[in-house]
Amino acid sequence: MATDIRTTASTTGGTTTRTPASAPTSTPAGTPTRSPADSAPLSSTTRDGLGASPRRPDGTLKVTGAFAYSSDMWLEDMLWGTTLRSPHPHARIRGIDTTAALRLPGVYAVLTHEDVPGEKRYGLEFTDQPVLAYDKVRYKGEAVAIIAADHPETGRRAAERIVVDYEVLPPVSDVTAAAFDADSPLVHEAGSLPVHEEYNQSGNVVRHQPIRTGAFAEGADIEELRARADVVVSGEYEVGMQDQAFLGPESGMAVPAEDGGVDLYIATQWLHVDQRQIAPCLGLPADKVRLTLAGVGGAFGAREDLSMQIHACMLALRTGKPVKFVYNREESFYGHVHRHPAKMAYEHGAMSDGTLVYATAQVVLDGGAYASATPAVVGVASSLGLGPYEIPNARMDAYGVYTTNPPCGAMRGFGAVQACFGYESQMDRLAEELGMHPVDLRVKNAMSQGSHIITGQEIDSPLPMAEMLLRAKDTAQPVARRDLADPADVRTLPGGTANTSHGEGVVRGVGYGVGLKNLCYSEGFDDYSTARVRLEVIGGEPSVLVHTAAAEVGQGLVTVKGQIAREELGVERVTIHPSDTRVGSSGSSSASRQSYMTGGAVQRACQAVRSQVFALARARSLVAAGRPDGDLALVGGKVVSELDGALAELGDLLGDEAVEATEEFHHRPTEPLDPTRGQGDSHTQFGMCVHRAVVDVDVELGLVKVVEMTAVQDVGRILHPQQLIGQIEGATTQGIGLALMEEIQVKDSVIRNPSFTDYLIPTILDTPPMRIDVLERPDPAAPYGLRGAGEPATLSSTPAVVAAIRDATGRALTHAPVRPEDIVGIVVPD
Amino acid sequence: MRVSFEVNGEQVTADDVWAGESLLYVLRERLGLPGSKNACEQGECGSCTVYLDCVTACSCMVAAGQAEGRSVRTVEGLAEGGAAGADPALAHVQEAFVAAGAVQCGFCTPGLLVQTDDLIEQTVGRGGGVPEDAEIREHLAGNLCRCTGYEKIIDAVRTAAERTLAERSEVAR
Repeated sequence: MATDIRTTASTTGGTTTRTPASAPTSTPAGTPTRSPADSAPLSSTTRDGLGASPRRPDGTLKVTGAFAYSSDMWLEDMLWGTTLRSPHPHARIRGIDTTAALRLPGVYAVLTHEDVPGEKRYGLEFTDQPVLAYDKVRYKGEAVAIIAADHPETGRRAAERIVVDYEVLPPVSDVTAAAFDADSPLVHEAGSLPVHEEYNQSGNVVRHQPIRTGAFAEGADIEELRARADVVVSGEYEVGMQDQAFLGPESGMAVPAEDGGVDLYIATQWLHVDQRQIAPCLGLPADKVRLTLAGVGGAFGAREDLSMQIHACMLALRTGKPVKFVYNREESFYGHVHRHPAKMAYEHGAMSDGTLVYATAQVVLDGGAYASATPAVVGVASSLGLGPYEIPNARMDAYGVYTTNPPCGAMRGFGAVQACFGYESQMDRLAEELGMHPVDLRVKNAMSQGSHIITGQEIDSPLPMAEMLLRAKDTAQPVARRDLADPADVRTLPGGTANTSHGEGVVRGVGYGVGLKNLCYSEGFDDYSTARVRLEVIGGEPSVLVHTAAAEVGQGLVTVKGQIAREELGVERVTIHPSDTRVGSSGSSSASRQSYMTGGAVQRACQAVRSQVFALARARSLVAAGRPDGDLALVGGKVVSELDGALAELGDLLGDEAVEATEEFHHRPTEPLDPTRGQGDSHTQFGMCVHRAVVDVDVELGLVKVVEMTAVQDVGRILHPQQLIGQIEGATTQGIGLALMEEIQVKDSVIRNPSFTDYLIPTILDTPPMRIDVLERPDPAAPYGLRGAGEPATLSSTPAVVAAIRDATGRALTHAPVRPEDIVGIVVPD
Repeated sequence: MRVSFEVNGEQVTADDVWAGESLLYVLRERLGLPGSKNACEQGECGSCTVYLDCVTACSCMVAAGQAEGRSVRTVEGLAEGGAAGADPALAHVQEAFVAAGAVQCGFCTPGLLVQTDDLIEQTVGRGGGVPEDAEIREHLAGNLCRCTGYEKIIDAVRTAAERTLAERSEVAR
């Protein structure tokens, strides 16, 4: 069944009323007066279960300004945290003198690496990042000292008084040299890093993942394969460093507790992985470091790593006062990791009918100063780096590399986004060489259920790629320029009201892109989520409380958790408990995984609650003998039997009793890739999106207006149509940004554009109308058959837009984002 | 220094304000009105948009002292009666943004709501019709949103304008 959401989905849910607080109401001393508890409980009494589009339970708070984001925390006696950062990308620290800063009135503490109570380093996978720099700084913006003061301006002035004696070292800026030159300086001293043998580490290389299949696995050389092909195309491509550019800057508040521990109110993507990294650095057991999710102003991967978490806790514990950090936008560019820039070399060989014979790729990812998610990014870029095509002979080498450039890590679609620009550019080049339509070439080589990706893993659930491509191609084209009501309306032209063109020099182009993304965590990671569900009668009405640690980052998981509880328990009133570490880990709000993983955990916990309710009904002799649980259900606040009808009102059955269950949900196990040939079932699920982009290009001025984007995505099962479309539209727009404007400019390891004045993200004028076409081909291994949906559209959007510009201009365009000078063919000196 | 002005219909005074503090900082940190957001603090993203007298402005770019004696309206003052009550009535723009799915992380939302309110005042409010998409895009071009792709925001603006128009036509009759 296919659903064209755009025409069939209703855009409003039912009515929502906020119910009186039924979540925990006690306020421990020191809880911020604007804490997430103000945003919770998130209650909804709609009837809407799965497949409907109920309103977000936090929606009213967000439109009234009452929702408590991490930067909104406030306590009467709080202090402000400030960070002193390195002005050099690479330097030895010979000494730090904080005396003058400490003398400034209003300063309560100035801390350096010497004050870190426990472990000096932390990290998602490699513990390689100092809490505060010692011995050396490895990127410009690295945290060197932290200050607690009575006002942010006091903190800034104190930072200026800290004297750091640096011995400046030459930066290690060139990723290729850092990876492959034997005499390149090392960013991390030999022997100072944890060893992961399976990653083929050497020199500055964090991970090298080779993959060899077919003749390449048997040692064939490239000439042998070239000889078998009628046509060979090769190309080198680059993807720039993209910023997640969430709007809510890094922020949070740490509150010292009477037990010697600390309570942290924080915007993050994964509370428990933060806790796991923070506690050892504070020298505290995990149960003394309690985290509560504060309102999150977007994430997109940038909140996977720690920013100010340990710093705030250190200052709170030192001063005995609550400490709040709020980065400004410039600091935010230094405060989180970015999307890895990539340098890629591809070669494809095909028969004259388009059948692929072989493909090779080398993908070099600049990880910057610290590893962050780099090993996982390499795992994705290698395993999915040749795309969703049947390729009998494949050779792939993906590298993640240390440099002194800004650290790079997770951003929506990581690893797969970069590679998708490479392999899709190649497919267009090959189609042109063969004189084929780009969609026909893709369909000819399309994977489907039963295909194997280059790691040998079989795609064992539906993958309707050919159909999706044809749907995109067959979608009606937008109105031609000449048929517009007013073709001279400058608002319809590239350049817009800047009035740069009245239509002369404007050429339309059409392009396609398709990408394959792994969903959930891969490579043998024990990926799970936990949910606690409680059913009780409150005010005479059966009510459900859903408690998880999962991070709501804007995507709407809060809505989906409620829908699942209503669906499973037949109860209208659902309250979503604030996310915190008082319940087990939910894993990260990453990898498109939360509907699958936390959705799966909530489903399980609800099923366990339901079984207990059925047992209670049996204990009260309300169920006829011989009726199995399969005959029973919870519907409309009643226990019902298919054969005997309504058996009991939940209110009567439960009385004062609460039924509660906590359940974990693990996805099916995955395997690591072997370190020599890259074989292994490393992924649990795959997602795909196809885009068609239509653009108007001013070929004389190098300006582009995206006229329309069409996206076709298979999501297995739609849980919330409105939120789903919002994910696809948002992902498409971030892909447009990467195609046209988004690049952190780094020269000699220094960011040149750390602001929203100079780092551009799409405005409403840059973003076109979209047609979103959603397919539902269930994955039998997933809860409700769903497929993670947040990322796939981020992959295919960029190559589709660039292909459309190529179509309009005839230029090769090997760099994303495409710059005006690339379109008009001017070489701009560095 | 001391700064006094009107916010959402109430006279307020902030003491000990540093000369360098912005109107945004004073609203958020001194007056308990954190609804206006601090996304870029350099006038590029529009998340801190407020009415200063009757004109929308990025409150991060207004020195607190410049607000002296003037009238400010923030997202907290959009709904009649403000957001002080436990269950605030929503203005048409607020209701439309939630209903249309125009709110994801919501950090851009307060600024977009004020700017949308302004657009509707300048069109429907002056006897005009529901603004066309091109007009909506031009008016909201200074408000960045990173989550939605703007499609649902345009839907919400259109709906809010239609409801406002219907309501005012009703009143006029």
